[in-house]
Amino acid sequence: MAEKKSLGSVFFNGILKENPTLRLLLGMCPSLAVTTMAKNGLGMGAAATFVLVGSNLVISLIRKIVPDKVRIPVFITIIATFTTIVQMLLAAFLPEINKQLGIFIPLIVVNCIIFARAEMFAQKNGPLLSIMDALGMGAGFTLAITAIGSIREILGAGTWMGIPVTINLFEPATLFILPPGGFMVLGFLIALINKLTNKKKDPASAQGGSGCAAGCPGCSKAMHGGEA
Amino acid sequence: MKELFAILIGAMFVENFVLSKFLGICPFLGVSKKTSTAVGMSGAVVFVLVLSQAVTWLINEYLLKPYSLEYLQTIAFILTIATLVQFVETVLKKLMPALYKALGVYLPLITTNCAVLGSALIFVERDYTFVESVVFGFAAGLGFTLALILFSGVRERLETADIPESFKGMPITLIAASLVSVAFIGFAGLVLP
Repeated sequence: MAEKKSLGSVFFNGILKENPTLRLLLGMCPSLAVTTMAKNGLGMGAAATFVLVGSNLVISLIRKIVPDKVRIPVFITIIATFTTIVQMLLAAFLPEINKQLGIFIPLIVVNCIIFARAEMFAQKNGPLLSIMDALGMGAGFTLAITAIGSIREILGAGTWMGIPVTINLFEPATLFILPPGGFMVLGFLIALINKLTNKKKDPASAQGGSGCAAGCPGCSKAMHGGEA
Repeated sequence: MKELFAILIGAMFVENFVLSKFLGICPFLGVSKKTSTAVGMSGAVVFVLVLSQAVTWLINEYLLKPYSLEYLQTIAFILTIATLVQFVETVLKKLMPALYKALGVYLPLITTNCAVLGSALIFVERDYTFVESVVFGFAAGLGFTLALILFSGVRERLETADIPESFKGMPITLIAASLVSVAFIGFAGLVLP
C-alpha cells in the first residue's frame, strides 16, 4: 500500500462516498424486501453489520495464510459461519425480529456487500482498517435501509417504528408497503442522491448505473478464476 | 397432482420470486438490458434451480436431519450450491459445448443469486417433499424467467426515452420495475386450493 488510509476516512467512506445501497447498489434484495418497516431495516442492518465485521476481521487476519486458489470457498465458509451465528443469536434473543426478517437472515450469505468487501478490502488491508471498513459499510447499509423503511412505513402505514405519526394528515397508501413501493422508494432515493451529488461535480461516481451488475460478476469472476 | 399444480402456479405468479418476494434482484437488474441476455440468464437459472433443489433436499433429508445438524443448513446449502454450479459448468463444457456456449457466461453468476439459496430455505420452511421442492424450484425459475423477459422488453424501450439526468440508469429502472410489479399484485387475488 502506497498511501496510508486513516481510520476515520475509511469509516466515512462507507457511509457517504461509497454507500453500499445508494451508491454501489449492492445488496438490493434485502434493501427492498425487509424495508416495509423502519424497525426491520434497523434489525437487518445490525445483523449484516455483525456479519461484515466478523468476516472482514477473520479474512484480514488469515489473508496471508490462505492460498489464492481456494480463497473463495474459504471466504464463503467464513461468511456462512458468521451468518449462522447471527441467525442463532436472533432466534434466541430477538425471536420477533427473526420472524419478521425470515429467510433474509440466512440470505446474508449471498449478500454482495459482504463478499465484495472481503474481496476488495479485507483481503488487502490489516485487521484494524478492515474492521473500520466493515463498520462504515455496515453503518451506511443500516442508514440507507432504515431510511427506505421509514419512508415506506410512514407513507404506507402512517406509523414510524410502530408509533402513529400521520393520524389525520393523510390516508396511508398501502401500495408503499407492498412490493412496488419498495422499488419506487429506492428509485426515487437514488435519483435524489444523484441530483445532490451531481451538483458537487463528481463525474466518476455520478451515474451509479450498474454497480450491482459490476459488483456481482466481480465476485463471481473471481470465483470462476479461483477454482477453474 | 393438484397440490403440485398449485405450487407451480403459486410460485410463478402469486409469489413471483423477483417481483413479490424480492429474490434475485441483482441479476434481474443486471442482465435485463437486452432480451437475448435475459433469455440466456433465465435458462441458466431454471437449470441450476431444479438441480440444486433436488440436491439440497437430499442433503437436508439424509445428511442434516438424521444427525440433527439443521443448524448447519446455511453453510451446507451455500457450499453445495457453489460446488454444484462449478460442477455443472465443467460438465457442460465437456459434454454439451453448445449449451455451455449459451449459458456459460451466466453460470458463475448464479452462486450469488439469492433465488437459489432462497428456494432451498423455503422448502425447509414449508416442509416440502422431494417432488414438491423440485417442482417449486422449476416454477420459481419460470417465474424468474417471466419477470426477466417481460422487464427486458420494458427496458429496451427505456433506452430511447428522454429521461431527466438524475433519473438515468438505476433510478428509472427501479421505477419501471415498480410498475411491472404493480401488475403482478393482480395475481395476489388468485386463491389456490
